[in-house]
Amino acid sequence: MSAPILMPAATGQESAASVARWVGVACVVLLCVLPFVSSNYRVFQFTLVIVYAIALLGLNILTGYNGQISLGHGAFYAIGAYVAAILMDRFGVPYWLTIPAAGLVCLVAGFLFGLPALRLEGVYLALATFALAVALPQLLKYKHLEHWTGGVQGIVIIKPDAPFGIPLNPDRWLYFFALAVGGIMFLLGRNLLNGRVGRALVAIRDHPIAASAMGINTPLYKSLAFGVSALFTGVAGALSAIAVQFVAPDSFGPFLSISLLVGMVVGGVATISGAIYGALFVQFVPNAADQISKAAPWAVYGLFLIGVIYLVPSGISGAIRSGWVRIARFRQSRARPLGG
Amino acid sequence: MQGLLHQVFSGLATGGIYASVALALVMIYRATHLVNFAQGELAMFSTYIAWSLIQAGLPYWVAFVLTVAIAFLLGGAIQYVVLRPLRSASVLSLVAVFIGLLVIFNSLAGWIFTYTIKTFPSPFPKDPPFGQYYFSAHEFGAFGVTLVVLGLLYGFFRFTPVGLAMRAAAENPQSSRLVGIRVDRMLALGWGLAAAIGAVAGMMVAPIVYLDPSMMSGILLYAFAAALLGGIDSPGGAVLGGFIIGVLENLLGAYVIGTELKLSVALAVIIGVLVVRPTGLFGQVHVTRV
Amino acid sequence: MSAAVASTGAAPLLSVSDLHAGYGPTRVLHGLSFALAEGSITALLGANGAGKTTALRALCAMIRADGEVRLGDTRIDALATEEIARLGVAHVPEGRGTFVNLSTEENLRLGAYARRDRAQVAADFERTYTYFPRLKERRSQQAGTLSGGEQQMLAIGRALMSRPRLLLLDEPSFGLAPLIVREIFSIMRTINRTERVTILLVEQNAAMALDLSDQAYLIETGRIVLSGSAADIRRNEAIQRVYLGY
Repeated sequence: MSAPILMPAATGQESAASVARWVGVACVVLLCVLPFVSSNYRVFQFTLVIVYAIALLGLNILTGYNGQISLGHGAFYAIGAYVAAILMDRFGVPYWLTIPAAGLVCLVAGFLFGLPALRLEGVYLALATFALAVALPQLLKYKHLEHWTGGVQGIVIIKPDAPFGIPLNPDRWLYFFALAVGGIMFLLGRNLLNGRVGRALVAIRDHPIAASAMGINTPLYKSLAFGVSALFTGVAGALSAIAVQFVAPDSFGPFLSISLLVGMVVGGVATISGAIYGALFVQFVPNAADQISKAAPWAVYGLFLIGVIYLVPSGISGAIRSGWVRIARFRQSRARPLGG
Repeated sequence: MQGLLHQVFSGLATGGIYASVALALVMIYRATHLVNFAQGELAMFSTYIAWSLIQAGLPYWVAFVLTVAIAFLLGGAIQYVVLRPLRSASVLSLVAVFIGLLVIFNSLAGWIFTYTIKTFPSPFPKDPPFGQYYFSAHEFGAFGVTLVVLGLLYGFFRFTPVGLAMRAAAENPQSSRLVGIRVDRMLALGWGLAAAIGAVAGMMVAPIVYLDPSMMSGILLYAFAAALLGGIDSPGGAVLGGFIIGVLENLLGAYVIGTELKLSVALAVIIGVLVVRPTGLFGQVHVTRV
Repeated sequence: MSAAVASTGAAPLLSVSDLHAGYGPTRVLHGLSFALAEGSITALLGANGAGKTTALRALCAMIRADGEVRLGDTRIDALATEEIARLGVAHVPEGRGTFVNLSTEENLRLGAYARRDRAQVAADFERTYTYFPRLKERRSQQAGTLSGGEQQMLAIGRALMSRPRLLLLDEPSFGLAPLIVREIFSIMRTINRTERVTILLVEQNAAMALDLSDQAYLIETGRIVLSGSAADIRRNEAIQRVYLGY
């Protein structure tokens, strides 16, 4: 799985393309070797990085590419997680089947939420989704749903073993499983976003009136964006339930939605690679601050969020892109004689 | 009947707090067309400041006034330093900054003051006034404080030159500049006032719900619901909405759905208003030309 | 391009030198230069899109502009709109700029916002109501409910409440019945004569503007192409043909 690199449209394009190919190969090799050189806990963390990356890609589809601000995406993450947990625990469904099931449920839920959301613009939609994020834990704890959701205690699930007797411990197996799911989701996402649909979403974001004047069925695309975005995030949620082996209402509070927002902004809004950088950030950077105080990771989130908006609004992926452009320009000026 | 009256009076007391925070939200919305997501955490942080001052030995009302002043300065500083440079940024960027402020203030409170729940004193006597049992002295006092704050604000906006200038700057910044109003200062002033109102609300509610970093998140949600119900750009509507939501919350909680789903009520009101009648009861419909 | 200055030789109240301005990548003013004598009424004429409104906006820093602008001795081109207003420049913008949700009286009071002399403000209220009795009738009414003519009077009244040295008017006749326009123009003549307010008037209605003014400038595609006394410009055959419809 390689991170897309912007090609400078100049000389050396072919050598840049082959560099990209080698980097891609190196990345794939690295990803496969990683679990064998790390402790089980690290493998678990890397699995979570993949999970967040899928969730962030989902959020990016809706908020980054389509401009519908969601501060409540944790809700879809939670739905995915609970679907997986309930199916596995109450119905004995095999873990790998819960992933597409969670995705499907969230696709429908997202689309349904997207319908009333059509009437909400910018700040209002942010407000409604924020309200959803704040109210969610209470909803999940509701005693009349306890039979399904396990109430405050939540549901515990068992990490699956590797199939067919493959000699991998559960953590490593789960990592490769998540990697496979991630690969599929990113491929799906890339095809969606780099094609006509992606362009339509962006057109709706930037020039909504012109877009519908040109014949784009804006309401349909916007609701579908909600649905697809929820699907991605729901898949991530289901994976996370299996990885963490546990779902409980308090894990899905407003700060989950906020960390998704932070991940998207820090990684790079409206980019595919941004989801990966954001996931790495969310998983590793604030935890480093945990040493100082329980509150410090959140202070880090807040500072990074504001700092990125000010200094590097296009996030890590944007910074890398301008870095490449600068390198390409430098090489160009070296290749040409002065004044030529 | 006794229980019903008690719920109503109690609802009016908390409704006053919602009304205050909703008013702060409306003030900032009118001036900037933005929703201040950090309003709750700012209020919570200010309440912690009050708590520290009281712990340090200051008498309650001295700490109260000092806290309001500090909150005022803090709000103005945030607008001037953090938000002014982002005047022309996208909605997503601005929302992200507000969320960033929310998170920073929440974690600062947790860091400096820890997450252990603290008690916050009430300046009002222990015994219920007038020897009745429908509302406590604190509920009565909080309601009174709310009315005083709202009254002062009304007088300020209606009868003072600066208040008039602030209304003008919120409505039409361009024309305001043409008459010499320093719009940026008016914005900072608005933020300062909103922060001060939030501090008062926080200090009034802390004795009831106890002081901890997550104290205001539910209240913020109710204030959003109140502001939307009344009309996001209508100060009077926000106040009325606050009282309605306060009473509704108590009545529904006591008689219909139980106390565990109260936040969902706020969520339902928010979504309901936004979908059915986005301008709320008293807001204005904005027509944008294509 | 020499700027027309009053024959008394007194320093101009407003002098504009090589003003360039535009909207984003579109340049509208290409080196505009002119001057206004103190106490004069000057008309800025030109077709739609010539740059008249842009010129007024540039003077008040409502848009980015390059060039030198002096109010008396003070350079104002680097100042913010509100600071320029506080120096005594009152701009009645295109569309009037009424505070529609505030009352008539509040609109007028805002005109006096930056003034320090409270006692005089009360007297000025009376004076403004004398000029515009209809505003006095509607003093508590919400300004957005006033008719077009009344809102124009309100906008001028608000400008007057600041006791300006320089009054900029952007198309005051726009959308108004001729009778109202005549009334407004005669009030402006009175204001100029009795209070010595310098007036710069942007108008499409060239005939009425030339009747009122002492001096006139003609703008075409962002440059001054003709300047002189209003009487001379009126007699100019080209002007008569193109702008006065003779």
